[in-house]
Amino acid sequence: MSGRRVVITGLGAVTPLANTVSETWEGIINGHSGISGIDSFDISPFATTFGGVIRNLDITQYIPGKDAQRMDGFIHYGIAAGCQAIDDSGIEVTEANAERIGVAIGSGIGGITGIEECYAVYEKSGPRRISPFFVPGNIINMISGNLSIKYGLKGPNFAIVTACATGTHNIGDAARLIKYGDADVMVAGGAERCTSSPTAMGGFISAKALSRRNDAPQSASRPWDKDRDGFVLSDGAGVVVLEELEHAKARGAKIYAELIGYGMSGDAYHMTTPSPGGEGAARCMRNALRDAGLNPEAVDYINAHGTSTPAGDLGETQAMKTALGDYAYKVAISSTKSMIGHMLGAAGGIEAVLTALSIKNQIAPATINLDNQDPECDLDFIPNVARNMKIDVAMSNSFGFGGTNGTLIFRRFE
Amino acid sequence: MSNVEERVKKIVAEQLGVKEDIANDASFVDDLGADSLDTVELVMALEEEFECEIPDDEAEKITTVQQAIDYVAKNA
Repeated sequence: MSGRRVVITGLGAVTPLANTVSETWEGIINGHSGISGIDSFDISPFATTFGGVIRNLDITQYIPGKDAQRMDGFIHYGIAAGCQAIDDSGIEVTEANAERIGVAIGSGIGGITGIEECYAVYEKSGPRRISPFFVPGNIINMISGNLSIKYGLKGPNFAIVTACATGTHNIGDAARLIKYGDADVMVAGGAERCTSSPTAMGGFISAKALSRRNDAPQSASRPWDKDRDGFVLSDGAGVVVLEELEHAKARGAKIYAELIGYGMSGDAYHMTTPSPGGEGAARCMRNALRDAGLNPEAVDYINAHGTSTPAGDLGETQAMKTALGDYAYKVAISSTKSMIGHMLGAAGGIEAVLTALSIKNQIAPATINLDNQDPECDLDFIPNVARNMKIDVAMSNSFGFGGTNGTLIFRRFE
Repeated sequence: MSNVEERVKKIVAEQLGVKEDIANDASFVDDLGADSLDTVELVMALEEEFECEIPDDEAEKITTVQQAIDYVAKNA
């Protein structure tokens, strides 16, 4: 089965910028920020009061309201992006192909708001008031479960959980399943909703992970800028339809890009701090290049992890120099998190969507808010204005708490 | 329609997402599309609305709208 190739044939997105792929992309290439004040609970006692909040998503476009009210919002976002991606791919689920189509959509944290709400019910009214939908409405694999039920997708069904690398690992592993022959089509990505959760906000704040630029939220996510002070927590989902190349060709599907490389690594260093010199991230990028059979010089554009934390941005810069050598100074790099914030488990999913669109449209998005570049982060980070350029090969990085890393490499398909 | 009947039907409509008129002899599972988890949550909603506790063995016997109305009228 090693000859099987995997292409992207469908995209779905729910982001702080917009609840569709096309509007999100429009915002991204124009350098807009989707960050705003958090208003779903009393945020005033918190050191950070803003995030990437999803607004105006009508979930009943995708599933009945009765079902939706029994699920946490992260499942709504994943289902919405999943439905969009399936619809965009034009794939028709039939009795003949249903067992060959699977789903792998994860989340970093899952239904934390739903867990908080249920615990409040328990505290107030006791155990008899805990809903029978509490567990299935909040556990992480229920995006995959619900999408399979809605569309009758009987292939592999799972959800990988690796913090901020979740989306990337779900997509990478799903592609491997297609290559290995377990499926012909996989709906893969990630979803997250944490800005609605006081404990999630509080936990990230206590870990000193979040920006506190409360007076200017849209300038808060500023990867590689010398005044960066942490990441911006965001919600949403990014999902792709992965398909075996001959399967896609046979049905005349449109192809955004080919997925040609996947690398993983573990830092084995610290729960939240990247390993010195970005050593783990560098090995991850190198593993992906080896899997793709490419030299560093083949890479035109990198959609970086670039979260806007002081340590993470420096580590990734050093990792790129280690993994790519002198070529690190020549490759175009940007962080779309500068516009949509850090969607945690959804980040790898949405960044795969945006990287595929970068290749399709031959435009590299900018890193906005990059006003005074940190001299220690001295690569070409595409400051503030998107760049029309030739992109034959693009890389997307995701690094997560626990020291878990994932890199995907995509190639233009002609 | 009695007050109890009206309130029971309102809860059934909300819990099971029923938009049409609800018949008194409607079965939650056979006519209104409820599954086993739906019926558990429906009983909880009735307990909440009528401030009563419906024991599990009693709850299992409530399978139609009329049975719910009768139970509430008698016990709440």
